[in-house]
Amino acid sequence: MNAQVQIDAEVRELSYAEAIREAMAIALESDPAVVLMGEDIGTYGGAFQVTGDLIDRFGPERVMDTPISELGGAGVAVGAALTGLKPIFEFQFSDFAALAMEQIVNQAAKLRYMLGGEAEVPVVFRMPSGSGTGAAAQHSQSFEAWFGHVPGLKVVQPSTPAEAKGLLLAALADPDPVIVFEHKLLYKMKGPVPAGHYITPIGKAAVVRPGQHVTIVASAIMVHRALEAALRLAKEGIEAEVIDLRTVRPLDRETIIASVKKTGKLLCVYEGVKTLGVGAEISALVAESEAFDYLDAPIQRLGGAEAPIPYNPDLERAAVPQSPDIERVARQLAKGEV
Amino acid sequence: MMRDTTENIPFAISQFSPAQLREALRKMHLIRLFEEGAEESYMRGLIHGTMHLSIGQEASAVATCMELTDADKITSTHRGHGHCIAKGADVGRMFAEFFGKETGYCHGRGGSMHIADVKTGNLGANGIVGGGLPIAVGAALTAKRLGRDDVTVCFFGDGANNEGAFHEALNMAAIWKLPVIFVCENNKYGMSTAAAYATAVPNIADRAVAYSMPGVTVDGNDFSAVAEALHEAIARARAGEGPSLVENLTYRWRGHSKSDRNRYRTKDEIEEWMTRDPIARFRAELIAHGVLGEAEADAVEVEAKDAVAAGIEFARQSPTPAVTEVTKFVHAEVAA
Ligand SMILES: Cc1ncc(C[n+]2csc(CCOP(=O)(O)OP(=O)(O)O)c2C)c(N)n1
Ligand SMILES: [Mg+2]
Repeated sequence: MNAQVQIDAEVRELSYAEAIREAMAIALESDPAVVLMGEDIGTYGGAFQVTGDLIDRFGPERVMDTPISELGGAGVAVGAALTGLKPIFEFQFSDFAALAMEQIVNQAAKLRYMLGGEAEVPVVFRMPSGSGTGAAAQHSQSFEAWFGHVPGLKVVQPSTPAEAKGLLLAALADPDPVIVFEHKLLYKMKGPVPAGHYITPIGKAAVVRPGQHVTIVASAIMVHRALEAALRLAKEGIEAEVIDLRTVRPLDRETIIASVKKTGKLLCVYEGVKTLGVGAEISALVAESEAFDYLDAPIQRLGGAEAPIPYNPDLERAAVPQSPDIERVARQLAKGEV
Repeated sequence: MMRDTTENIPFAISQFSPAQLREALRKMHLIRLFEEGAEESYMRGLIHGTMHLSIGQEASAVATCMELTDADKITSTHRGHGHCIAKGADVGRMFAEFFGKETGYCHGRGGSMHIADVKTGNLGANGIVGGGLPIAVGAALTAKRLGRDDVTVCFFGDGANNEGAFHEALNMAAIWKLPVIFVCENNKYGMSTAAAYATAVPNIADRAVAYSMPGVTVDGNDFSAVAEALHEAIARARAGEGPSLVENLTYRWRGHSKSDRNRYRTKDEIEEWMTRDPIARFRAELIAHGVLGEAEADAVEVEAKDAVAAGIEFARQSPTPAVTEVTKFVHAEVAA
């Protein structure tokens, strides 16, 4: 599944949160310029227990609790990155990055360009993201498209523990600002993770299930929902090809286009609000590409409802694509019913 | 009632009528019992998500709202159940919201973190730390521009004082002399982060100097001390003299939220603060000053218990919102 993994590496079962922690530990051990910053990432171990015991292993100078100051905190990380440190800044929830848009969008993303290439900002912003926890409108958003709209930023969305580790290490190795959207519902998910240092390249999607009847492009939790749907569709003889997007910016055009040329059908599934979302861009890039001639049906999108995430659990589920929704639309596509 | 300064009578006892004081005690019990009921309902799976309990901080909520009318506004926080009840909300509709029901204050869309009761002047809890601070200034601007004499009380935590929004809000309130009272509930921690670590000044009230407004720090578990500080700040606001900052020193007995393991504070510290129970203290004070007898004080608590039981029952019986109505309330409904 992960071509970048050295086959001889020891592979263990780790949770997504543990895999991210392992990546941070490797970074802290191997590079004295790496510092972690964020709210309650020290003794508390982070709101989702991602930093965990790193404070005990690396001390408060490397694992820094910030005051509740997102704009300032993110800006300090940007300034430190500009001058030689490599900060990994954790937002407690991706929603709070809205308070720091100035430093991320106006500063971090543009400094290299505005200074004519004379400066760089190798900062990583980690953002627990997505709905499904009953935390309602201000703690459940999916901002991938927001940040994906900004030249100068790279945006990744790991869907498995191995990807979470590999993409974070790739983000750290990247000389530019990278936003990592970690899905809250995946933190406890376990999966095989190679030991040691490896990189899952930014900008590369992965075909996680091959198929010839319909292409489903999904990211983060939606990859798992698409795979569940694909399993059920396979019983009906419909073979869905599932692509794990992994990176929202820059998009992996080649993998998407190659798949659509094979299947002739495209379904984009994403948790962010449907309108002007990630799937809109994927649809457009396919429509603009040589894959257009291969399309046998209109492109379909399943995205978040045109509403904030509601508190009531039934409404909350209804507000984002679920596996049966994916199954239904993929089936319609495959059967030429769209 | 005039304040009696001849004897050692607490401010609140001389300022408020026995009926008002009895009602204040009832509300403090109601907050505690409401939150215990919410906690139990959460344990039984009737409530999902998370919640932030204010058990131990009841005097701060109730005493702060003592002189407010429904025309006066409050902005609240993620730890807002107490503020909501203190301002006059019905616990049945609050439970209904927690249970995600259509009869809830936010029709099941908001939950604990967005609990509000606009009719009693509660503009809402907030999922964003510091989110309510500029909004409170805006509410005070409305009152001033429209020539009304209502005031706005802005609740916020010690953690929130390090958000840029806090500093921007206080400055604007001061330069425009707006009728707003900033009430910091300093419970020593923002989640796990000690105020002593995260804040450059020893008291949050010290920040007031930078914005040319009065700042006082009071014992937030002493009902009368809080009521007195608010009395002065509200009078100043209503007189058009501008904003004030009041800091209520208090403590939350429970963890920050449902997932807190309390690794950042000691059991001794928690237990020590539990001996400073604001409800027991207020009750004893009312009895000592002859406002209530023991039996009457007990009856007040029973009343609150009954209200909580009835509220939970109301919430359980209430209908859930239709899943087809996810996008209802995104915009104003325009008549076709
Ligand atoms: C902008 C923002 N940052 C962080 C959080 C996460 N968070 C919620 S409550 C809280 C602590 C707030 O502390 P304080 O203001 O002291 O209020 P308390 O919880 O003690 O009542 C934090 C960090 C948030 N909700 N919003
Ligand atoms: Mg606090």
